[in-house]
Amino acid sequence: MIDLFIAVFLLSGAAFMFLAALGILRLPDLPTRMHSSTKAGALGAMLIMVGVVIGFAEWLAFARGAAIVLFIMLTTPIAAHAIGRAGYMVGVPLWDGTIKDELRDNYDLQSHSLQSERREQEPGKDREEP
Amino acid sequence: MNGFVFSLVYAMLALALFMATIRLCKGPSLPDRVVALELISSIVVGVIGVHAIDTGVLSLLDVAIVVALIAFLAAIGFARFIERGGPRSD
Repeated sequence: MIDLFIAVFLLSGAAFMFLAALGILRLPDLPTRMHSSTKAGALGAMLIMVGVVIGFAEWLAFARGAAIVLFIMLTTPIAAHAIGRAGYMVGVPLWDGTIKDELRDNYDLQSHSLQSERREQEPGKDREEP
Repeated sequence: MNGFVFSLVYAMLALALFMATIRLCKGPSLPDRVVALELISSIVVGVIGVHAIDTGVLSLLDVAIVVALIAFLAAIGFARFIERGGPRSD
C-alpha cells in the first residue's frame, strides 16, 4: 500500500516534470516557456518530495521534505517574476499570436514610468482583436 | 515493483533533462537560457529526491535543499544582470 502511494507520487511528479520540459522545448516565446517550466516544474518537484517523505516515513525526512516544498513554493514565483520582468524590459520578442500586451502602450521602457491615460478606450471594449 | 517504478521515473527525468538542455543550447535569447537553467535545477532536485529514496540515504535531501537555494539565487542574479544591461541579443 505504501509502495503504491510512493509510486503514484513519484510517477506523477516525474510526469509533470516531463511535461514542463516538453513545454519549454516546444512553446513559442519566453513567457509561455516560463509558464510551462515554472508551474509544472515546481509542482513536479513538490510531488516527488511528497513521495520521498512518504517513502522514508521519518520525522527528519518530513522536516527536510517540508523545507524543500516550502522553499520551492516561495521562491519559484519570485524567480519567474524577476526573469519575466527582465526579459520584457530588454525587449525579448513576443509570439506572433499574442493577443494582449497591456504594458506596450502604457509603459515607458526608458524612464520606467507607467501611464494609464495615454490611450482612450471605450468601456467594454478593452480587448483588441488579433 | 518499486524497482521498475524507479527506473521509469529516472528515465522520464533524464528525458526531461535532455529536452531542457536542448532549450539551454538553442534558446534564442539569454532569458530563455536562464529559464531552461531554472527548470534543469528543479529537475535535479527531483532526481536527487528519487535517488535518496532509491538508496535510502537520508542526507541526500540536504543536497536537494542546497541545490534549490543556489538555483533561486542564480535566477535572481541572472535577472538583475539582464535588466541592468547584459548582452541584449545572445
